[in-house]
This record gives sequence, C-alpha cells and structure tokens, in this order.
Amino acid sequence: MTRLTDDIIIRAVARIMIPFIQIYALYVIMHGHHSPGGGFQGGVILGASFILYLITHGLEEARARMSELKAGIFSASGLLIYSGIGLLCLILGSNFLDYGRLSLILKVIPAQARSLGILGVEIGVGITVMAVMFSIFFDISTGGIIPEDEEIKEENG
Amino acid sequence: MRVLLILTVVVTGLILIYGTQDMPDWGDPNSPPSTHVSPRYLEKTLAETATPNAVTSVLADYRGYDTLGETTVIFTAGVSCILILRTRKKQKKVDQNSNPDKT
Repeated sequence: MTRLTDDIIIRAVARIMIPFIQIYALYVIMHGHHSPGGGFQGGVILGASFILYLITHGLEEARARMSELKAGIFSASGLLIYSGIGLLCLILGSNFLDYGRLSLILKVIPAQARSLGILGVEIGVGITVMAVMFSIFFDISTGGIIPEDEEIKEENG
Repeated sequence: MRVLLILTVVVTGLILIYGTQDMPDWGDPNSPPSTHVSPRYLEKTLAETATPNAVTSVLADYRGYDTLGETTVIFTAGVSCILILRTRKKQKKVDQNSNPDKT
C-alpha cells in the first residue's frame, strides 16, 4: 500500500515535475498531427504523471485528486468520445468514422474537418489510456482492497 | 527427450530463417505492401486530411475502425483488472467484521 512519503525532497521534486509532465503529455496529444505522438503516447505520459502523484503523495491524497470512480468514468468517456464522433459522422449521412462529413457542422473544408476529427479521436484515446493506466496501477498498488470504504458509505448514506 | 526438444527448436528456427530468404528487402519499393495502398496514402494524405504526419492520418482516419478496436482492448484491460482485483462489498464487510482488532 502506497502512502505519503516522509522524504520532503521526493515530494517537492514530484510537485515541480508533475505540471511539466502533464503539459508535455498534452503537447504530445495535440501535436500528433505534425510529429511522432498521438493519443496512446500522450495518454500514457498523462497517466504516468498521476501515477507519480500516487507514489509520492500516497493513496489518500491521490484519491482526492483522481478517485477510482473518476478513473472508471474517464476510461469509459474517452471511448464514448471516439465512438460518438464515429456515430456523429453516421448521423450526418456518411460512413462510420468518415470525418469528412463533419464539415457540415464545423463549417470548414472537408480536409480540415478530417484533421479536426482525428484530433477529437486522439483526445478520446488519450483520456481512455490515461484513466486505464491509473486504474490498473491503483488496483495493483492497493491489491484491490480499497480502504476508507466506511467514509464513502457515510457520504452516500 | 531433451535432445529431441532442442533439435525440434533448432530445426524449426532454421526453417523459419530459410523462409525469410524469400521476403522482400527492407524498404523495397517493389514489394507488395509498398505497391498496393501505401503510395496512395502517402500522396493523398495532405490533400485529403490536412495532416502532415501520414502515420497519424492512417492510424486515426484511414484505419480509424482498427484504432477504435485498439482503444476498446485497452478499456477492456482496465475493466478486467477492476473485475479481477477489486473485491466485492460483501467480502469487505466480512473482512472488517473479522478484524476488529485493527482499529
């Protein structure tokens, strides 16, 4: 079980590093059109930043930032964004995941609409990969037994 | 028996290495994969998708359905970890009741 480390150097370095790791992850996702990168790579980097926070700040603080419920919702919503864009193309009258038809609602030329469709899909992939990375690490580090279950019950009841 | 197993592995490996002799050279422009759809993707990707990176356009646009499946695989891996590792609430209650000494 990971818990808050006593070493102030590790905590301070992690606090400094995490924002830069997350900015870099967003850059990798957004810049996939022009350089190596994309949703899978950026999502893994973004997930690594949350895992670093979990390792250095312990389970309780990490759950306040990103609980296992949020991770589950994010992992499903990323896939929903992907298939939602595909279904939107289907509704607009073209094939599944044929982003060219998105130009009808985005008011741009079809080639640009395809570029934006790729970006939306990459964001969905990134969210799913990030949440699944965190969720798997969360389950392995706790052994699946999540503490403080009583507090959640009290909040709900 | 062990000698037979090692012999099987070595012979199979040699057959596979012999099989690679018929494969096209690395980056051969006349090989079947390079002559079928690859040139079309490389030539038309900027005009059709406004994306300079051909890898991204093939991954997310031309082969978008495949990438949707990949994302589903990752999602399934996360859900499987939750299903296998995370204990149920009933078991938690039993654990809490059986360890009253902890608190």
